[in-house]
Amino acid sequence: MYNYFTRILFLGAFLLLSFTTYAQDKVEMADSMRDNGKIYVVVVVCITILIGLFVYVFILDKKISRFEKNKE
Amino acid sequence: MRKSWWKILSFLLLAYTIIGGFLLDVPRLPILNESIRNLYFHVCMWFGMMILFIVSVIYSIKYLRKSNHRNDIFASNFAAIGSFFGILGYATGTIWANYTWISDQNQSLASVLKEPKLIGAAIALLIYGAYFVLRGSITDIDKRARVSAVYNIFAFAMLIPSIWVIPRLVGSLHPGAPGSDSGNPALNSNDMAASMRIIFYPAVIGWTLLGVWIATLKIRLQLLKDKTLINV
Repeated sequence: MYNYFTRILFLGAFLLLSFTTYAQDKVEMADSMRDNGKIYVVVVVCITILIGLFVYVFILDKKISRFEKNKE
Repeated sequence: MRKSWWKILSFLLLAYTIIGGFLLDVPRLPILNESIRNLYFHVCMWFGMMILFIVSVIYSIKYLRKSNHRNDIFASNFAAIGSFFGILGYATGTIWANYTWISDQNQSLASVLKEPKLIGAAIALLIYGAYFVLRGSITDIDKRARVSAVYNIFAFAMLIPSIWVIPRLVGSLHPGAPGSDSGNPALNSNDMAASMRIIFYPAVIGWTLLGVWIATLKIRLQLLKDKTLINV
């Protein structure tokens, strides 16, 4: 029984080791950020800014349109 | 709201740019890493600037042919938003260069300051800056329109060698330099992955449309002001 456990443990340890070396070979990217979902926070923040910006320009557009109508 | 469909299109394209630009896959490359996503923002500023400057110079030529004051207003406001896009492109470029050229490529600050693309872009923006100084310094409306229209053509003619030609003749850290496989890094098919094109081109259109929208607002405001002046 003991033997069996040590075998599993060693296998696990080696697997882990191979994973870490594999990770080092790869180019570093923001994977973990996307895995735990935080990148969506950034997307939502940027979309919010974009919506705010467009609402502002839209209101400006309407205001100018109103002035143009008054002038005619 | 006049002709609003392209304004809505601009918003949709930019929303797509942010969502797709942050979430879709990009090629895994050393040094650049995730920062390649800046392509959807930094490069689009320069493309937008280029398109707005082309529109501006067309209106300047139109002014010189017909002397219609409207064309002068169009030319100056498109140049203004184009310069604004250029400044934004420059600012975002400094940030990007700081984390790729200086930190990760271990380039010295001296080599970055010698960078021909940066110097060329700075010269081009300063020439356009002088366009507005020139406009502001002439009080006579007709003379201002005529002189600045001629200057605008000169500024556009200087823009081409300073940002397109010279950086491609001499060594440069910026993509598009001799030694890299491309003539134009954003348009050459060897230099940008297809997965990035599907976001990059809509992004260029979206940002440009936003610039055109803001420019038309400024133009309409200027036209209103001029009308009030004439009526009074």
